[in-house]
Amino acid sequence: MSGISLRTKRILKNRAFLALCLFSTSATILILALLLMSIMVQGSHFLFSSEALSAVFGHGELSQVTKIIRWEFLSNFASRFPEKAGIYAAVIGSLWVCVICALLALPLGIGTAIYLEEFAPKNRWTALIDFNIRNLAGVPSIVYGILGLTAFTRMFGLFGSDKNSALSFGPDNAWWHIQLPFGQGLLAGGLTLMLVVLPIVIISSREALRAVPSSLRQASLAIGATPWQTASKITLPAAIPSILTGAILAMSRAMGEAAPLLVLGIPVFIANTPDNLNDNFTVLPFQIFNWAGRPQESFHQLAASAIVVLLVVLVCFNGVAVYLRQKLRKPLA
Amino acid sequence: MPDTQPNLAKPATAPTAPTAAATAPTEQITIRVQDFNAWYGAYHALHNITLNIPSQRVTSLIGPSGCGKSTFLRWINRMNDLVPNARADGVMQLDQDDVLDRAFDVVELRRRVGMVFQKPNPFPKSIYENIAFGPRLHKRFHHSDLDALVEQSLRAAAIWDEVKDRLHNSALGLSGGQQQRLCIARAIAVGPEVLLMDEPCSALDPRSTASVEALIRELRQTFTIVVVTHNMQQAARVSDLTAFFFEGKLVEAGPTDGMFTNPKNKQTEDYVTGRFG
Ligand SMILES: Nc1ncnc2c1ncn2[C@@H]1O[C@H](COP(=O)(O)OP(=O)(O)OP(=O)(O)O)[C@@H](O)[C@H]1O
Ligand SMILES: [Mg+2]
Repeated sequence: MSGISLRTKRILKNRAFLALCLFSTSATILILALLLMSIMVQGSHFLFSSEALSAVFGHGELSQVTKIIRWEFLSNFASRFPEKAGIYAAVIGSLWVCVICALLALPLGIGTAIYLEEFAPKNRWTALIDFNIRNLAGVPSIVYGILGLTAFTRMFGLFGSDKNSALSFGPDNAWWHIQLPFGQGLLAGGLTLMLVVLPIVIISSREALRAVPSSLRQASLAIGATPWQTASKITLPAAIPSILTGAILAMSRAMGEAAPLLVLGIPVFIANTPDNLNDNFTVLPFQIFNWAGRPQESFHQLAASAIVVLLVVLVCFNGVAVYLRQKLRKPLA
Repeated sequence: MPDTQPNLAKPATAPTAPTAAATAPTEQITIRVQDFNAWYGAYHALHNITLNIPSQRVTSLIGPSGCGKSTFLRWINRMNDLVPNARADGVMQLDQDDVLDRAFDVVELRRRVGMVFQKPNPFPKSIYENIAFGPRLHKRFHHSDLDALVEQSLRAAAIWDEVKDRLHNSALGLSGGQQQRLCIARAIAVGPEVLLMDEPCSALDPRSTASVEALIRELRQTFTIVVVTHNMQQAARVSDLTAFFFEGKLVEAGPTDGMFTNPKNKQTEDYVTGRFG
């Protein structure tokens, strides 16, 4: 093809590539938009008040709508009757378990990252640990569920069954009342989710620490700071914004997990919110899973409504992460 | 330029008796190095270095890339401890203390021997916090004195006038030359005797270089300074004494004047006249 110059060829190639990129991007966005739309439409029945719905779809006056959100959906417990069902227990359970997971996973994960990145000698052992953590991050979460079931829910049968526990601490009505084994309680759930997110927290925190230029560590050490002072006063503060961003994303992962908790055997119908660390709980993704599995159409609608709520929560998490990244992250050199 | 005797001991290649003999009695020696060897794993980076570094003088280390200047410098404050397979033997004394003694506290050593790096590396904190960081670690002040100490250090590093109105702004907003002088101020703030500088101007433009060089000449009155440089003119401008390293050996050391005008060694002559390296 001597008719087409090299330059024209290059331009054509460039255009074709650009078109391909545009196509795949817009296809992705389109699919996502369709998905969100269909969930919104399905879920709208239980999410929005009837006056708001009729104002938009029927013949009501938009200006006269006093109540848009159907708050009962958020404040009711689950029910056999779709019109009465709500996600209160699931939302509270999700928050509780997420907080417990964060309190356990963040100190442990960030501490591990600091040790591995700043203090550990670089030898065969630490290489092996590193390799294992990377692999654990890729293990399907349901596998952690099985681990959680044996280690936390049943505790290898060491302390009797969870219905008939052998050991307990604290008065029955205290929030920190704990029984061994943990059964299907909050602590078992939080610990299991901790297993799921720990590798993610470690890896993202290590990356954040690694991004701190080593010239800063050298400067600190050369002034006579000890390795610990250098890590705590220079490296960690410089890495905190990225560490927090990673931590929040890990927590949103924990928030969205259903599989490991399913293996633990947590209940769906809960008529009260948890009183103590051993109390039963349920979570949003599990509630969604349960509703979606029922034959009746109204339960599918309930599931869609709960998905919308879950998505809103996750978008908030991600929003905070993006905000932190933008606002707190300063240039380091 | 000093009118003293050559105060650096003869290089290891010379078969004469080491140290004292070559040193004028009036000259105070801060760092005494004798038969010093350094390795990285199996690689022998420095061979039998014998060199005395006098107090309150600027000593420059010159030599082609890879000859071991940084290695030598980084042993003086034991920054080489950070390199897993680095080791050394021989004598390296700061005043009367044995630097290479494992029991010698590196925190104390590094307080007494400050270091300035090739690329300015201020902490991502305010100018004030950069200077206050070291003194706070070493509790080298009474609370009310910290402000005064910060000012004094910044003045000593000839940067006070440029930053006095923005002490609490980020140090990263300063120009490269200002950052480098800030790093010098940060090193000064912990009250060292010795300042080690590894190519302190090589990342700076000519104007900033001039200001840092002027500062080095100024600081000579208070500190013992060892500076590594690739720039012959710079060595000639700032240093009293010069040591020429080549392939891990100390080839020649003496007053800077003599080294540049009348080198005793053929390799030194070739190097300082720019025939290689
Ligand atoms: N961390 C290290 N591990 C192994 N070898 C090293 C290490 N640092 C330096 N070396 C080697 O030791 C020798 C001396 O290095 P050094 O950095 O002291 O040279 P230099 O004179 O400062 O060079 P330059 O002028 O390029 O900075 C070089 O051959 C170098 O490859
Ligand atoms: Mg060097």
